[in-house]
Amino acid sequence: MFGKPGSTATRKISFTLALAATGVLALGACGGGDSGGNADAAKGGNSTGPITYVQGKDNSGIVQPAIDKWNAAHPDQKVTLKEQTDQADQQHDDLVQNFQAKNADYDVVSVDNIWTSEFAAKGWLQPLTGDYALDTSALLPATVNAETYNKTLYAAPTTSDGGLLYYRKDLVPTPPKTWDEMMSMCSIAKANNIDCYAGQYAQYEGLTVNVAEAINTFGGSILSEDGKTATLDTPEAKAGLDALVKGFQDGDIPKQATTYQEEQGRQSFEDGKLLFLRNWPYVYSLAKTDGSSTVKETFGVAPLPGASDGKTGASSLGGHAAGISVYSDHKKTAFEFIKFLQSEEIQKDWLTKGSAAPVISSLYDDATLVQQFPYLPELKTSIENAVPRPVTPFYPAVTKAIQDNAFSALSGSKSTDAALSDMQKSVQNAISGGQ
Amino acid sequence: MSTTSGVATGEFAQGKPPLNPGKRKSLHDGSGRKAAILIAPTIVLLAIVILYPVVSAVSQSFTKDAGLDPNTGLFVQGGFAGVQNYKLWLLQDCGSGAFSCPPGTLGSQFWTATGVTFLFTVVAVSLETVLGFTFALVMHRKFKGRAILRASVLVPWAIPTAVTAKLWYFIFAYDGIANKILGTDILWTGDGWAPKAAIIIADTWKTAPFMALLILAGLQVIDESVYEAAKMDGATAWQRFKHITLPLVKPALMVAVLFRTLDTLRMYDLPKILTGGAGDTSTLSMLVVDQVRTGFNAASALSTLTFLIVFAVAFIFIKFLGANVTEQRAPKTKKAA
Repeated sequence: MFGKPGSTATRKISFTLALAATGVLALGACGGGDSGGNADAAKGGNSTGPITYVQGKDNSGIVQPAIDKWNAAHPDQKVTLKEQTDQADQQHDDLVQNFQAKNADYDVVSVDNIWTSEFAAKGWLQPLTGDYALDTSALLPATVNAETYNKTLYAAPTTSDGGLLYYRKDLVPTPPKTWDEMMSMCSIAKANNIDCYAGQYAQYEGLTVNVAEAINTFGGSILSEDGKTATLDTPEAKAGLDALVKGFQDGDIPKQATTYQEEQGRQSFEDGKLLFLRNWPYVYSLAKTDGSSTVKETFGVAPLPGASDGKTGASSLGGHAAGISVYSDHKKTAFEFIKFLQSEEIQKDWLTKGSAAPVISSLYDDATLVQQFPYLPELKTSIENAVPRPVTPFYPAVTKAIQDNAFSALSGSKSTDAALSDMQKSVQNAISGGQ
Repeated sequence: MSTTSGVATGEFAQGKPPLNPGKRKSLHDGSGRKAAILIAPTIVLLAIVILYPVVSAVSQSFTKDAGLDPNTGLFVQGGFAGVQNYKLWLLQDCGSGAFSCPPGTLGSQFWTATGVTFLFTVVAVSLETVLGFTFALVMHRKFKGRAILRASVLVPWAIPTAVTAKLWYFIFAYDGIANKILGTDILWTGDGWAPKAAIIIADTWKTAPFMALLILAGLQVIDESVYEAAKMDGATAWQRFKHITLPLVKPALMVAVLFRTLDTLRMYDLPKILTGGAGDTSTLSMLVVDQVRTGFNAASALSTLTFLIVFAVAFIFIKFLGANVTEQRAPKTKKAA
């Protein structure tokens, strides 16, 4: 009385319906083909005129005032701000789609420094050479290196970021200079019944940041200078990853840190349950002002600890840069505008109003600014010693290779040696084209 | 005393057969052109929204992803790939033979992702079916406050999946409620079985109400008199359930199971937000999205494979398990007629 469908017609309809239901799946994956890079010389135009500046959501409200300043001085070359969402992945995909469509409306785009080489290799960013050569002498070198692909500068650094070591001044009067020194202080944490050290070790981009820091700090590297070879099968890389793995094994890094992103670590530190925390500068003002913070008066900031005395730890570099779209019709204006964005005036404004880390070296030594932002000297040290994450057009595959294998090592399901050997192979596979 | 909807569908179905041959005849005597014109926009629309994406995804899956020109450092178009993109997934062939994809590459994760997707589907849909059926039976009874219960059961289903995922993310945090209540210190978003269990629990919590609602709709069209007759004949509650409720609700049940199965097979947002793929919880859809970022054409091959898997499951459901998506009442009314 049930079960058997009536006629063949009914069955055909059911079949079509199933097809329709599953068809939705395929739709999702059809965002548009990849055009690939090509050396099309006659793209865009070298003239002046109104332009559009595209960046993620301006949460601290510092970008529009800067643009207003520019517009007041350049009435015939007005800049319009186009805000994207505040999700990094969506910003990336929005830029990709507009570049693929050769959209001339996106003149200047804000790029996260891990995207620069991908966009450059696809031929979407105007190389900053010749007419567009940028004077980078006042900038922190690491920020410039992060925007350099194939020995060519492709974007102008506008904001920077580096890791800091937050510590409990009340328990540890002088911050540790080396990793071993820090680990030896874990007995203090134990005596106070709190966790010793944590960073960001959940399986996401933050893990790549932290693992790269460990490897770079101990003198290793992920890619060779030219970006064509994976260099993870070295004793230095092993020493770096081993330091983290050993931390987990000894319980100096709590095992729940494999679920920590930035916020969980900050929460634990502010609750007074953590002796040392590796995190970004944004934590500073929150830990000082948060109602729930129990460490307001008792925490200090230091550069990341190094492998041996006299050497500071190597932070992974965060930050954004402004690139000129090759499809822009008004590249001359665009170029002047990106220089304006990294002028001392704007950089100072962005620091004071939005606590964005500047890219100009001298600002970190400005006495009035240091008074307002006491962590600036430590941040300068951090960024000066910072290493950009692997500069490669295949960054998404590289970061995945690092995350997956490092996570296995940290959670104990793979030995350091096996994880590094797999990481070496998978990173090499990623940068040879992903096929 | 019988429900009006039952009568209405009965009449509708009875009226249908004479209608159909008439229509078919009219196709031959000239007015068929009019019908073709009327139907054309729908066909065109269907072709655009269904056929084109499928065909284009399939054709792209035979193209190589762009690679780097070693001299310029710029990307160059890949050209025809043959079945390499499919070999990448099915054989985990990263260019130097089967199973040459090292751990940490997407290619090495196809079978893990397929396995975990099916695990989620089988376990979660089973749990949802049992729970949903139970809810539906409870909601079907007449008691005071039934309306409130029906409305409140739907709440988890009404919450957007992303919000659900974030909610459970906090519940399953290391110092979250789950560990406090259970008195454990499980890393729910870490490694091992815990993240898989977390996803299944969250998915079941979210979608059991949907099952309940569809099954309830099926329960409500069962004629009360059938039960009364059975009672007269001395059937026990279990016998009534087994011989009346279960068979009569089966069409609705199968549709609900089919929908949930298809949904779970393409699950993306819940595991993405809850675990981010930690502890081997990347589903096929997550793999597709990850691959889109590194190579669009290999992603097309993967989405085609996913499409085929989901299609095969849907086909099996409709062909062999009697899930009848379109004419739910037809078998019943046939007997009534």
